[in-house]
Amino acid sequence: MATRPTAAELADYEAQADAWFRENTPKDPGFMLPLTFMEVSTDQQFEFLCAWQRKVYEAGYLGASWPTEYGGGGMHPDFQRIATKVMKKYDGPIMLNAIGIGWAGPLILDIGSEEEKKKYIKGMLSAEDIWCQGFSEPENGSDLGNAQLKAVRDGDEYVLNGSKIWTSLGDRAKYMILLARTSNEGPNKYAGLSFFLAPMHAPGIETRRIKKLTGEYGFVQCFFTDARIPAECLMGKEGDGWQIAMKTLEYERGAKVNLAGGYFLKELDAMGVVELARQSQRGGKALLDDPVMKDRMIDFMIDIQALNLNNQRRRMGPLVQDRPMGLALMNKLARTEMIRELTEFSLSFQGTRGGYYVDDPCAVDNGYWHRSYLNSFSATIGGGTSEIQRNIVAEHVLGLPKGR
Amino acid sequence: MAFSEENLANHLGGLGYSEEQIELMDVATSFCRDKSPIDKVRKLMADERGYDAQVWQEIAELGWLGIAIPEAHGGVGLSMAEVAPIAEQMGRRLLTTPFATCTVAAQALLAAGDEVQCGEWLPRIVAGEIATLALSEPHGDWTLSHVEATAKPNGDGYALSGTKQFVAYAKDAALVIATVNVDGAVRLALIEQSAIPDGALRREIIVDETRRTYELTLDGITIPASALLDAGRSATALGQIELASALLQAAEMCGGTQSAIDYTVEYLKTRKQFGKLIGEYQALKHPITNAYVAYEKARSHMLSAAHNFGQQGVGEIAVRMAKASADKAYSFAADRAVQFHGGFGFTHDCDAGLYRRSAIWHASQFGDAAWHRAKLADLLF
Repeated sequence: MATRPTAAELADYEAQADAWFRENTPKDPGFMLPLTFMEVSTDQQFEFLCAWQRKVYEAGYLGASWPTEYGGGGMHPDFQRIATKVMKKYDGPIMLNAIGIGWAGPLILDIGSEEEKKKYIKGMLSAEDIWCQGFSEPENGSDLGNAQLKAVRDGDEYVLNGSKIWTSLGDRAKYMILLARTSNEGPNKYAGLSFFLAPMHAPGIETRRIKKLTGEYGFVQCFFTDARIPAECLMGKEGDGWQIAMKTLEYERGAKVNLAGGYFLKELDAMGVVELARQSQRGGKALLDDPVMKDRMIDFMIDIQALNLNNQRRRMGPLVQDRPMGLALMNKLARTEMIRELTEFSLSFQGTRGGYYVDDPCAVDNGYWHRSYLNSFSATIGGGTSEIQRNIVAEHVLGLPKGR
Repeated sequence: MAFSEENLANHLGGLGYSEEQIELMDVATSFCRDKSPIDKVRKLMADERGYDAQVWQEIAELGWLGIAIPEAHGGVGLSMAEVAPIAEQMGRRLLTTPFATCTVAAQALLAAGDEVQCGEWLPRIVAGEIATLALSEPHGDWTLSHVEATAKPNGDGYALSGTKQFVAYAKDAALVIATVNVDGAVRLALIEQSAIPDGALRREIIVDETRRTYELTLDGITIPASALLDAGRSATALGQIELASALLQAAEMCGGTQSAIDYTVEYLKTRKQFGKLIGEYQALKHPITNAYVAYEKARSHMLSAAHNFGQQGVGEIAVRMAKASADKAYSFAADRAVQFHGGFGFTHDCDAGLYRRSAIWHASQFGDAAWHRAKLADLLF
């Protein structure tokens, strides 16, 4: 690990990053850019975002703190944090290769072999090698541990049969982190799972794009039919799959790791909703003169501030004594549900214009709010539905019994 | 879709705490648990005075009545931030005493009293003499400046007239601080126990049976001119009374919400129907989880209100958000607590009813959630 930088070194670095992002952050490309890595729909969007990530990497502002021998910058993580902060300040586009640098990369650096680090890290930073994730299956959405895609060892290869679904960038990825079943033996369903770093271009792997609720693309279903991948794609040993998959989920949930930097999701600004409300009319008057709308808006602001305060409080030990894990475990549920309700509410400001949709020239903010609301379900469903989250909080925080 | 609340947070207060706050939280947690088991709460519900004089004395001896009173007046010299965690634990154990009303009465004296008035009363409050507030009137308006009771010049002093309601623990109070209208201006008047004639107090039947309040008939009471607080600081004092009361209520309500949830969760873990623990059914499991999520949000707001109390601008916003979210959380948790206890929930023996009635009480005093949201809209839009 590089030594901790001085304040002066960080200030110099920030000035340098600031100049670079001010100069290089792309202006409006003339088409709608994805707000998250799950929404990459067109070739145009994909190529634009690949080029942007490569440019940021080559300038040294992505992977700045990853080891130099694998393609990183070898600097202290504080530098990368500053680069990401500046990127955010100039509201740059997202980093596209989220599964690569957000999940697979930290995993490989954490527990991967020397060969794996040499082979994969640089390509994921430069966006040459796009990664996707193969966890969910058509029949096993919430019940991840029951994954059934089969991987059978045959000489120097594994033979894959089954299907994965909700795979973001699955039609464009070179590699997949794959959870597959190598055995039906063992004390429980988890014991037979194994984890692979699988090439997507193997014969027998086909993808079909899924058109989303928004009308856009972004996910695929992957079909594996006697697909053969080299045996060395297995990460760890057979049977380690569940444990490794849980580790990657920890990275997603922000466990302490040396992050590559950047961000994969654009944030919706709470005050943007208030701004929209201010611009809206009811009965010839400002919408926020309507006491009912005003009341609902204030209710949301109370809720937003509560989540903000929760985030501060969860790091303050004496203020979370009774149920130390409560705030952390309820966070996903509370945030995603609030965003869903808030974006739904934002549609009601628009009066008749709420009837327009994305890309109509008369749509409010080009349909941004409609798209945000419909996309909000990706977060209340993906990564464990809100219903599963309630079970988790009920069982792990309140100690209620598991359903049978 | 991720979400940024930073932009909003810039307008509002953040979170923090003091060492003293945490120490008091720890002491209050065990004190309230030990002094107020539920059978004791129920025993006191049937008691005329409504609280244990011995416990009241201990509260005074712990110094809790002087926490937010300056040392010069015999207090501890901390702030309302340090009072809130105590109120939270009291609410959690349904330990009802004149604690909140005395604390707020002291704040009113500090806001509009002169040296003589503060010098006389604050040390007595610290020592455990009860001071209470007479604010509400038959019109039922939460606006504290809506005062119909009057004080008219009469010789050297003033003659009072009108009716005050929900005067907490008035029977035992050495001092009642009442809002009265003097020539069209709202003033605070100090009424000593000796000035209150027999029959002027009527014990009210209130929804929360763990508390005691009285209706006070002001007609026939006269006070000396020196018993009026500073006219110029009346509005400030009313603001301080409202916000201090709302903060302490929010704290008590958070504690009550916590208990309503704990009490219900315990039942869901032990009661069986159709061969299963009822806590296995998502129809009960999920709403109680929603109640818990609302509780944690309300508690974050309450701790922020305590931390930011008295800060220009952000303090008032934080307190109103705290009361609004506490009302929402407590009402929902206690309502579901009754329902989820089934037939037993409908009985007076089930503690769920104590929490439900407590939540109704708190919503009825110093504004409910909708009232505070309306005030917030004025502050934020």
